[in-house]
This record gives sequence, C-alpha cells and structure tokens, in this order.
Amino acid sequence: MASLTITNVRKFFGSQEVLKGVSLSVKSGEFVVLVGPSGCGKSTLLNIIAGLETLDEGEIRIGNRVVNDVKPKDRDIAMVFQSYALYPNMNVRKNLAFGLENRGVPKDKIEETILRVAKMLQIDELLDRKPSQLSGGQRQRVAMGRALARDPEIFLFDEPLSNLDAKFRVEMRTEIKMLHQRIKTTVVYVTHDQIEAMTMADRIAVMKDGVIQQFDTPQQLYDNPANLFVAGFIGSPAMNFIPCRMVKDGKKIGVIFKTERKKSFFLPVRGNATAYEKWHDKEVILGIRPEQIAAGFHNQEKNPNMHQIETMVSVIEPTGPDTLVFVNINDTKITCRVNPDAARKPGEPMKLMIDMSKALFFDPETERRIDY
Amino acid sequence: MKDSKYLSAKTRVSRVSLGRILIYSALIMAAIYFLIPFFIMVITSIKTMNDIRTGHLIAWPREVTLEAWIKAWSTAAIGATGKGMRTYFWNSVQMVIPSVVISTIIGAINGYVFSKWRFKGSETFFSFLLLGCFIPFQVIILPMSQTLGLLGMAQSIQGLILVHIIYGIPFTTLFFRNFYVTIPDELIKAAKIDGAGFFRILWKIILPLSIPTFVVAIIWQTTQIWNDFLFGVCFSGGESQPVTVALNNLVNTSTGVKEYNVDMAAAIIAGLPTLLVYIVSGKYFLKGLTAGALKG
Repeated sequence: MASLTITNVRKFFGSQEVLKGVSLSVKSGEFVVLVGPSGCGKSTLLNIIAGLETLDEGEIRIGNRVVNDVKPKDRDIAMVFQSYALYPNMNVRKNLAFGLENRGVPKDKIEETILRVAKMLQIDELLDRKPSQLSGGQRQRVAMGRALARDPEIFLFDEPLSNLDAKFRVEMRTEIKMLHQRIKTTVVYVTHDQIEAMTMADRIAVMKDGVIQQFDTPQQLYDNPANLFVAGFIGSPAMNFIPCRMVKDGKKIGVIFKTERKKSFFLPVRGNATAYEKWHDKEVILGIRPEQIAAGFHNQEKNPNMHQIETMVSVIEPTGPDTLVFVNINDTKITCRVNPDAARKPGEPMKLMIDMSKALFFDPETERRIDY
Repeated sequence: MKDSKYLSAKTRVSRVSLGRILIYSALIMAAIYFLIPFFIMVITSIKTMNDIRTGHLIAWPREVTLEAWIKAWSTAAIGATGKGMRTYFWNSVQMVIPSVVISTIIGAINGYVFSKWRFKGSETFFSFLLLGCFIPFQVIILPMSQTLGLLGMAQSIQGLILVHIIYGIPFTTLFFRNFYVTIPDELIKAAKIDGAGFFRILWKIILPLSIPTFVVAIIWQTTQIWNDFLFGVCFSGGESQPVTVALNNLVNTSTGVKEYNVDMAAAIIAGLPTLLVYIVSGKYFLKGLTAGALKG
C-alpha cells in the first residue's frame, strides 16, 4: 500500500475545464471517497489516477513515484468498475488470473492466489462459471476479486454499487468496509451517493464543478461544512436553509423567524456574538438540519441554546422511526424530524424546539460559512 | 339474439380465411416468379438438345441425361480453349479464399482500432474508408488497371486477389467497427489495467467475442467476390479468369448450334457455391447482423 498525492491537476475536454486545479493527499492505507453530483469531475479524476486519462497540468504521485507518464499497468493499481467489466468469454477463474498471467506470474502462484481470494470473497464455488451465469452481486465480487488478486498499492472503485438493488447495496457496503479493515490497502472510491460516502470513508472529498469543496472526515463534513453546497449535499434529509436577517435585541444578536399566522420569533446565535457583529442588519442564510428541529429533545432544559417556536404543520411524512413534519418559516419550506407520537396533523398548530447551538450561518452571495 | 351471434361468428371466420387466402396466394405467386427460372435452368440442363428443340420450355425432360453437365465441366469451348468450366471454377476458388480471409482479418483489426483505440483524425480516416463502400467500381477500373500493370500483376489471379482485398476492406471494417462499438469501453480499460496491450486484448478478449461478425463478414465477402464480374473481366485474362467471366465466354462462344443445356449447366455450376453458402449459413448471417455484444 502506498500514499497518493494529487497536486494541482487540471483537465480540459476540448475547451471545457473539467478539473480546475485539484489537489488531494491520501495517506497510506486510508479509505478516501470522492463524492459529488454528476459532472463534478470525480470519475475523470479517478481515470487520471489510474492512467486511463491524461492530465493537462499537475502531478500524480503514488508513494514517492511521479506517475504522470506511467502506463496504467505499471502504476500498481487495480480498479473495480460500475459495470464490473468482467471478460465475458472467460470463466471466473480465468478472469481472476488474467492480470497475473499478463505479468508472468508462475502458474502455481496464480492458482494459490485465486483460491485465497475466492475464499475471501466467498466465490470459490463459482470459479468455473462464466459471467453471464452469475448474479449482479456475484459479478461484483468477481470484479473485486480480480482487483484483490493483483495485490496492488492502491484500489480504485468507480461507483461499484450503483448497478445493484438497494438492499444488496447496503450489504455490499459493509462487506467492502470490512474487507478494507482486513487488508488495509489505500482506497480511492467514487460515488454520487452521499450515504455511501459517509458510511465507508475515512475522509471524504466533496466535489462540484471540477473543484474540491471540502476534504474532511464524515463527521466533520456533517457538523462543520465549509459552504452551502457541502452543507446541503451531506445528510439526508437535507439541511434546511432559511433566509433571514441578522438583528439585535438589546445586547443579543440573532435572527427573526416568521411563521404562519404572522407569528414572529427572535432566535439568538450561540455563544460569543461578536463574531457576527459585522453581519448586523445583513441578510444571511441559516442552515439547520431536520434532526435539530424537534418537538422536544432529551435534556433540553440544560441547553441554553434551545428555543421554542410555534408554527403550523403543512405536510407530514411518516418514515417509521420518525415522522418528517413540513412547516413554513420565512416563506421557506422546512423539514423537521419529529417523534411519531409528537407529530401533529396537517393544518394544526405545533410547537417546535430549535437547537440553535447547531445552527450554521452562510453568506448568501459567496455561499461560504460565515463562522467556518 | 341467437341468430346475430351465429352470424357474427360466421363472418369472423370467413374474414380470417379470406385474408389468409390472399396472403398465401401472393406468397405462392412470388415464390413461383422467383423459382421458375431456376426450375427451367435445372430441367433444361438435364435434357438432350433434341428434347429442347422439339419440346416446351417448361416441359419435363423426356430423357434425363447428364451429358450437358460433363461437357460444361470439362470439355466445353470457352473462347479459344475447349476445357470446360473446371479450370475457371478453381480460379474462382483460388481467388475467393485468400481475398475473403485477408480482407476479413484486416477488417477486424481496423474495426478494433476505429472503435477502441481512437487516435487523432481517426473519425476522418474512417469516413474516407467508408467512401470505398459507395464508390461505383466502374470509376476506378482504369487507374486500377494501370496500377496493376505497374506492379506486374496485370491479367493475373494475384491481381484480382489484391483488388478484392482492397475493395473488401471498407465493408469488413464497417461490419466489425459497428459491432465493436457495442462492446463497453470499460472492458478495454479493465484489460489495460490488467496489463494487456493492443494485441493481447485483441486476441484474448475481442476476437472470441466476434464470432457472429466473422460469420457475417465471411459470408458477405464470399458472395460478393465469387459473384463479381466487373473486376474479373477487367483485371484477369485468358487462363486466369474467374468462373463468372468464363460463363459469359462460354455462352457467347458458339460454333454453330447454341447448346442451351450446356449453357444452363455451366450457369448452375457458376452459381451453386454462393447458393450453398446461403443455404448452409444464411441463418447465421441474420443472427450475426443482429448480434449485440454482451449483456452485463
């Protein structure tokens, strides 16, 4: 296993700049996920790391080696594709052996490696079958087996779970994570699904429009997003964004929430208010997650930042463990995660507790966090 | 109530059978239209000249004889020589086999390059290559004659083979390239990462998947090249002519009586191979044309 250092990579497709000076540093043995919406450049970056695409500017280093001009087969990487890309005319055994044969590995070593990998992934019963005779999940395991057999320095995954049905996807997520814990090879994993990213990564690079928006641990991205995009992308249901104005109420600085029936509430910011002084009387965007607005919180009396507002329920969506309550604040549709027993019916008034210690503030123009 | 139900059932039945009758009659008439000439050829070829002179065109032979066939094969007068179709038949075989094999192999490699290893200007290059499918061959007769003369291959089977290879490549390239674009690019990427290069990928992965297209290309090329007359008559001469040209010469060489039975037998000899190819592998031709590359 080796570290991976990406420095200032730029890539153009024709006149369109797809990667705009991307830099990333992956530690040896780390599981890093590149996540972002379609077209953000994550797959392009992965292909550049693999050597399947050239870069126009910048440097890729595997360990201490600069690999910009090194062919994919000499970079000591292995890749698992979204469509598995198994060789259809070869059986599983030959699929697993192909990469090793091309490198002139002796036959007995190949046989040994195949058996070991097949056992690890529980595909040892399938060695004589052809890909067309396997289910989606089995094919995916063979694709991973092919990569594992190569014992590379870096594993690259290109949305490997996207073709599986939802239930199986969850199982495979855990399997991949457990596999990583076992073999501890450096992994770069691309997905568009933020839940996959959050559950599997040591660190996540959130990408948009060819730029890395933030590169941090899952918990940090959740608690401490750097901008509006990251805040809205991570977490499901997504964070609520409420446009409001910073005002002063005596010595306290805070925002005004206008709810149905012309009720108005002043909500002070947490802690030291001086950081927000220069935003006094300006428009800001308040970000708060659905799970941070509820009918009541455990130990809420001990939290000085807990404030109550009253509003009217417009729609409810029961999910089982909780109920999503949709309300209107400052003319914006807001989602709240509420205990099913406490949820009111649509049209009824409801009191909600907002945990202002978790509220985040964003500049509406630059979309960056004011207090990051 | 009962009457109306009975009536409607009756009309329904009769409408169906009327439609069926029309369809079948049309099909039978079309079949007859196409088969009658061949039928006439076959029965004429097994009649004696006497029978032909005195009998009806579609009358069954009074006496079945294979004399005309033997004559057509080995002794009929074609131009100045009197050796029958045999030599020319083998000329055609000698011409078709290398042309088909070489043009198909080159087409496969070309198709592979154009679909999976695109280089700068490859699309333009491919469009120019495709022109070869649409050029009327009459246009290139003169320059090709000169070229073959320069190469010392005028009026020879080798010259014909070269011409057929060159003019077969656009078609075979097209077939293979259109098939290979249905093979996912990720397969090639995976093979590259696994350490395989251009030829290894071709040999181990692409070619095993291409059997249907090989069948299409081979059938197409065999039929086109065997049946060709234009190149045959222009670029070969005398002893090196293919069977199509020989047939033309045989029919036009008449020292006295026009021997229809021999002419018919010779025509069937000339056309039989491609007919057999179709009968044996026509099904595979269709399968090959519609074969998608892979599922999953």
